[in-house]
Amino acid sequence: MAYSKKVMDHFENPRNLGKMDDADGVGEVGNAKCGDIMKIYLKINDGIISDVKFNTFGCASAIATSSMATELIKGQKVEDALELSNKAVVEALDGLPPAKIHCSVLAEEAVKAAIADYYTKNGIELDPAIFGSCSGGCENCDHCG
Amino acid sequence: MKTVYVDNAATTAMCDEAVKAMVECMSSAYGNASSLHHIGQEAAEVLFAARQDVADCLNADVNEIYFTSGGTEADNWAIRNAARLGSRKNKNHIISTAFEHHAVLHTLKKLEKEGFEVTYLEVSEDGYVTPEQVRNAIKDETCLVTIMYANNEIGTIQPVKEIGQVCRDKGVLFHTDAVQAVGHVKIDVAEQNIDMLSLSGHKFHGPKGVGALYCKKGISLMGIMQGGAQEKNKRPGTENIPALAGMAAALKKACAELDKNSAYISSLRDKIIDGILPTVPRARLNGGRDARLPGNVSFCFEGIEGESLLLYLDLKGICGSSGSACTSGSLDPSHVLLALGLPHEIAHGSLRISLSEFNTEEEADYIIEELPKVVNRLRDMSPVWERIMKEESENGLQ
Ligand SMILES: Cc1ncc(COP(=O)(O)O)c(C=O)c1O
Ligand SMILES: [Zn+2]
Repeated sequence: MAYSKKVMDHFENPRNLGKMDDADGVGEVGNAKCGDIMKIYLKINDGIISDVKFNTFGCASAIATSSMATELIKGQKVEDALELSNKAVVEALDGLPPAKIHCSVLAEEAVKAAIADYYTKNGIELDPAIFGSCSGGCENCDHCG
Repeated sequence: MKTVYVDNAATTAMCDEAVKAMVECMSSAYGNASSLHHIGQEAAEVLFAARQDVADCLNADVNEIYFTSGGTEADNWAIRNAARLGSRKNKNHIISTAFEHHAVLHTLKKLEKEGFEVTYLEVSEDGYVTPEQVRNAIKDETCLVTIMYANNEIGTIQPVKEIGQVCRDKGVLFHTDAVQAVGHVKIDVAEQNIDMLSLSGHKFHGPKGVGALYCKKGISLMGIMQGGAQEKNKRPGTENIPALAGMAAALKKACAELDKNSAYISSLRDKIIDGILPTVPRARLNGGRDARLPGNVSFCFEGIEGESLLLYLDLKGICGSSGSACTSGSLDPSHVLLALGLPHEIAHGSLRISLSEFNTEEEADYIIEELPKVVNRLRDMSPVWERIMKEESENGLQ
């Protein structure tokens, strides 16, 4: 198992690393039991993600996918950020070892959870087709067992 | 960048003596030890001498040593053999522990599928099992006790002699996976009541892909393959003489210098432990400090994950290892740390530093300097650490 140069670059020099005190939306997914937790902070102006920060507890691919996901959604419209897939994140990183794909799913979910938080705070109803029934807290989530 | 190799429990660099012995075999003693001509007989002599050296290091007889492809094969062979002897007498119960190496655990799991019953003794929170636990678990149907000599992740050394005595008293075969112990602690199979023992060349500065099974005289040992007459018909196939010679040379040296090395390596070990524990909050040492391999340091750091810790250390030239889930491809962290009763959250943040006599004081200092920085860097970006600190300050305010 070896990581791509891109993964190692984002792991060594994570982009948008940090916390945000005045975030418009915060999403945290995963749990410490299964080994990866991601927390994403969004600043949203006029429907556009003007700033994003992340904190991650996890392996190198968890850190690299968090970093890449924040890069991909920064400056995007909120609706477009919702379309972010883990596949797109993995491709942007020039791939992940097969055993590590599960770590990248969290990045997609963390972005969704942060946007869900933003919508909820602003009285916007969550479309179950996009957000499903996931509350963001993964304690009972299947893939974390 | 300098390289600090502290993953000696995974494998070791070869010592000069082992390299020299191997090169000599490859360039001059290249014969087949079964050939009658003088080139073949030269190889046969090397083979005999290697077996004698290994036997001497264990205080075994030369006829009790069977060469294998490594620790895994020796473990499989010993356990399968005992199971076969047991089932002949309708004895289908085996006793082991929850924190064995997979070479043992997975063999036992397979035997369970084939109808054997296995008792996995609980390990204490500091990483030991007791002879009393073994005594209490032995039943009329017990055909084997297999307990590792020293654990590969946390370095704890089990009371092998006393466990062996219990097994002798009860007439049960005793096997020990001594892969991590041989060449590092004094072993005497006769004095320690050991019936079967596994060892592996690459854990004491010998080559990889070679090991040995010690099987006490009088215990019937089944062959594992059909073929020629090598290894007393038990393990056919032309012997890998260079590997055997390399392993024997390394073991001979390790045993001759054991006291000196053990004192030196354990001083490095204690320096690192005492250099890290007081300076890094919420760090713990896994495994007791007393009966511990000279080279093993095993930490858990709360709030961070082991793989990223390992890789950030690698960027500083430090090569260690972690029992974290993400390095194994499953969501569960190391079964060894879980067997100690550690919660998943903490077991994920493990780091094993395993030293050898090739490591220096300067390297230990470098680890003591760099490791806390890396831990802090990861904690700064960890939502888990953020939560731990929040809880701590809330509790502090109460
Ligand atoms: C305790 C223990 N048993 C068995 C093995 C397997 O040995 P080998 O790699 O020689 O097959 C190892 C090493 O990985 C070990 O640490
Ligand atoms: Zn992961």
